[in-house]
Amino acid sequence: MPHDHDHDHDEGSELSPIALRVKALESLLVEKGYVDPQALDVLIETYETKIGPRNGARVIARAWSDPQYKAWLLKDATAAIASLGYTGRQGEHMVAVENTPDTHNLVVCTLCSCYPWSVLGLPPVWYKAPPYRSRAVIDPRGVLAEFGLTLPADTAISVWDSTAEIRYIVLPMRPEGTEGWSEDKLSGLVTRDSMIGTGLALSPGIAS
Amino acid sequence: MNGPQDLGGQMGFGAVAPEADEPVFHAPWESRILALTLAMGAAREWNIDKSRHARESLPPAQYLGSSYYKIWTDGLIELMVAQGLVTREEVASGRMSTSPKKVAGKLLAKDVPAVLAKGGPTSREADAGPRFKPGDKVRTRNMHPTGHTRLPRYLRGHVGEIVRLHGAHVFPDTNAHGKGENPQALYTVKFSAREVWGEARHPRDTVSADLWEPYLEPA
Repeated sequence: MPHDHDHDHDEGSELSPIALRVKALESLLVEKGYVDPQALDVLIETYETKIGPRNGARVIARAWSDPQYKAWLLKDATAAIASLGYTGRQGEHMVAVENTPDTHNLVVCTLCSCYPWSVLGLPPVWYKAPPYRSRAVIDPRGVLAEFGLTLPADTAISVWDSTAEIRYIVLPMRPEGTEGWSEDKLSGLVTRDSMIGTGLALSPGIAS
Repeated sequence: MNGPQDLGGQMGFGAVAPEADEPVFHAPWESRILALTLAMGAAREWNIDKSRHARESLPPAQYLGSSYYKIWTDGLIELMVAQGLVTREEVASGRMSTSPKKVAGKLLAKDVPAVLAKGGPTSREADAGPRFKPGDKVRTRNMHPTGHTRLPRYLRGHVGEIVRLHGAHVFPDTNAHGKGENPQALYTVKFSAREVWGEARHPRDTVSADLWEPYLEPA
């Protein structure tokens, strides 16, 4: 667990100070009529069950399967991704960057937690925490090593710091040995980390 | 502002700690504050730039000592107090003691899917055309504004190349302070790692950022 994570103790009857603070805040905002508690439930359910990295995996699998779609994705990712039904909050303006044997891409937000919610869901804790945000730009190879990823020494690393509302998705290289695979089967090889650039797509042997 | 949020290149935070099978939320309160923050956006009392500035304005020790959703909690409270939606006494007690402020909107459960699908695009029509084009060399300004900016410290005063033009987008430096959307051309600018970090870096590595025209001058 990252060292900055606020440990919570919701399991028992005692709520942590921050849990109590948020509970009080919610009661107050409902009482004042600013928020609809059912809307909160729908928001949470949406990000827990509907919007997540499987959306992005479908985009990547389509790009691996269809050269025309891939070309569209690299030229106008916002439109290409919207064509699959993934639009909206924190995905209003998308850019896809392609990994090649020559270049590996890595995405970070050094200023906050910018992340393509519409295709990857909410970011993991490490993405929002100081170790990743501080070091991805200055020491990308060291960071990748902490994810167990060591690239050939001559591979260039392109780091994308999402300082505006443009959200990035990495198009990982299609694993070898997947000729003739369906999009659905291919999407099973696409991990969240491979779309951030802290990992690679799974090879067929590992996935099965 | 040179706040605690501007982390690029800082040292001493230790190793990244990936977590196997990380849950979307680690505790129920995290999901509630995320949802409260999203829902309160419907009141239209602030914009995304103002909310970022509220979080960045937390004292550095508080910011760096907090989990991400605790920063969101404190940021949301600061915004609501500043806008007169709640008082600090109400926040402490969790009970209403002043009349609600009339606000522009309220997010209802039935509207959540449509609101999320719509999002909040920041592209705008600009008064003037872009000054630069892909392939141009630019230098980032050496600037240290006390207000909000999205030009990270580590990229100030460096020469990079325009690799993409995104049209004009809302300019955070004014939008965060109620001074208008003031749309400006937005570019992706690519810098060599050696230009930014020195000769010890890999000669082929690069770092790119999305930067608004007022951050840039011809190189």
